Amino acid sequence: MAGGLSYTALEATDLSTAEIYGQTLVELGAEHKEIVGLSADLAGSTKIGAFGKAYPDRFFNVGIAEQNMFGIAAGMAKAGLVPFVSTFSTFASLRSADQIHTDICYQNINVKTIATHSGTSFGQAGSTHHAICDMAVMRSLPNMTLICPADGVETAAAVQAAYDNFGPYYIRINRGFDRVLYGKDYPREYKFEVGKAIEVNPGTDITVIACGSCVFQAYQAAKFLEEADGLKVRVLDMHTIKPLDKEAVLKAVMDTRRIITVEDHSVIGGLGSAVAEVMAEAGKGCAFTRLGLQDKFAPIGLHEDIMSMLGIDCNGIVNAVREAMNKDFEEDDNWDDDV
Amino acid sequence: MALTKKEWLALEKKADELRNLCLDTTFWAGSGHIGGGMSCMDMLTILYHKYLNIKADDPNWADRDRFILSKGHSGIAYAPVLCDFGYNDKEQLKTFNLTNSKMGIHLDSNKVVGVDASTGSLGHGLSIALGTGLAARVLGKDYKTYCILGDGECDEGSNWEAAMSIAAFKATNVITFVDRNKCMIDGRTEDVMPLEPFADKWRAFGFHVIEVDGQNLNELSEAIDYALGEPDAPVMIIADTIKGAGIDFMEDDYHWHYGAIDEEKYKLAKESLKKYYAQRVARAEKEGK
Repeated sequence: MAGGLSYTALEATDLSTAEIYGQTLVELGAEHKEIVGLSADLAGSTKIGAFGKAYPDRFFNVGIAEQNMFGIAAGMAKAGLVPFVSTFSTFASLRSADQIHTDICYQNINVKTIATHSGTSFGQAGSTHHAICDMAVMRSLPNMTLICPADGVETAAAVQAAYDNFGPYYIRINRGFDRVLYGKDYPREYKFEVGKAIEVNPGTDITVIACGSCVFQAYQAAKFLEEADGLKVRVLDMHTIKPLDKEAVLKAVMDTRRIITVEDHSVIGGLGSAVAEVMAEAGKGCAFTRLGLQDKFAPIGLHEDIMSMLGIDCNGIVNAVREAMNKDFEEDDNWDDDV
Repeated sequence: MALTKKEWLALEKKADELRNLCLDTTFWAGSGHIGGGMSCMDMLTILYHKYLNIKADDPNWADRDRFILSKGHSGIAYAPVLCDFGYNDKEQLKTFNLTNSKMGIHLDSNKVVGVDASTGSLGHGLSIALGTGLAARVLGKDYKTYCILGDGECDEGSNWEAAMSIAAFKATNVITFVDRNKCMIDGRTEDVMPLEPFADKWRAFGFHVIEVDGQNLNELSEAIDYALGEPDAPVMIIADTIKGAGIDFMEDDYHWHYGAIDEEKYKLAKESLKKYYAQRVARAEKEGK
């Protein structure tokens, strides 16, 4: 599924995540004439403007009217086009939730939402522009595939996958530059597949399941903890929140018995909830911590500062891992009769 | 161009059949949104039996004209039209609203053949219609998209987002109607949330507005012909209609937005529709050419 990925690690570090999305879409648009782009006065900010510059006849800026934009996209998809729609994550998921629910998911049509400025990545703009519940909304919509890529490289792969697979997609990416995880220093072969978690770091002591920019932070934390504490921390890049890789979650529970989820999102309804549901339904207890927004709005500030304050950066994850390792948790090898 | 008398009378006959089928469906279901169904039945009739370029044996034909019923709660009128046209088995109407039926109050495009968009949440249809209209432009196709809005539905702000953009994109291949029956669930439109000066509002948004008697097939035809004649602005046809048109005890009464039909009411309604049809035929005979 990594086809179409033409970004070298070097290029990826030079571009913001949204710029990589824009360029990927331009490349897809050259080959596939049925792709159209839609923006609600955020062509520049979301970088879908690159598509608009390349193919002005297939680009529609509807002004500041997200509901109308998603409705138009639905009509276009119904007529055989493949619309890519971009606005900020908070507006996509809340302002036009009804259109995405009814016009797109209910009809199960081929509209791809690439929502930018997700989580607290537009930190200085405050809570009106933070997307802290978009995954909760999107995850609960039938037919929707929900992806939160770790970096620009993964974003390019996810956008390609969204084109390759029929149906509604919601891909949430950050504003600005993301730390590159899958660059030239990444020690393993990178392979992206929708619904398949990537084991970024192997480990048997505890598992950190992360998405978005938190994956890089988790990877850094794992490397630090190995050196400082001798801990083997498994890190899973759970880029696809829906459909969730249940197998990877349950394997982590069985192998490590300690799980921490990390997301730039409310702990209610997003990655942490999705992982908890899988564990609970499997009847498998486990030391479990959800890092993210603890049912609060985020402060104003730089993204990295907010991540630090929320404890979803490298230090926060290190602290959470140490705390989890100190939890007195029964490690019984025979789990078959636990249910 | 006006309808010929022969055409007009043939359409009157079809409209009468469909009004009866809508009433039957409401009776079989026990209740339904019959008031607004009856008010838009003439629009549905003339679209499906004169204007829409569609094929009964090929509902997904890529070059077909599109129709979006934005006032999705008029499914009880739309389903009979789609069954009568041949897209769906008429027997299905007897299951309308029943558990596990393919047909519920708001028709599902994935379950009912011929429905171009699932609607029901109000204020969505016009944007979808613009989407299919713009898609025709991108794909180099010359099909048209017709859309019927409810008048109460126009309280939803999203309609005005759509209106602004239809004018901005000069999407004259989208032809819009409002079923101006002047009633909504809680009362008359002008009492709940006034719409007037309604035509002026659409004009201000860049539309060429044509106001017609929405229960006059000839006037509807003339308005649609104008819209198809390559106007320089998108056309809005405000169809002045009567809620419950044809059923005397329902007419112009907002309480009949949704109502139950028992055996006795059914009989009375049938008699009323018969008289109504006779009046309509007499008008067509007199005014038709």
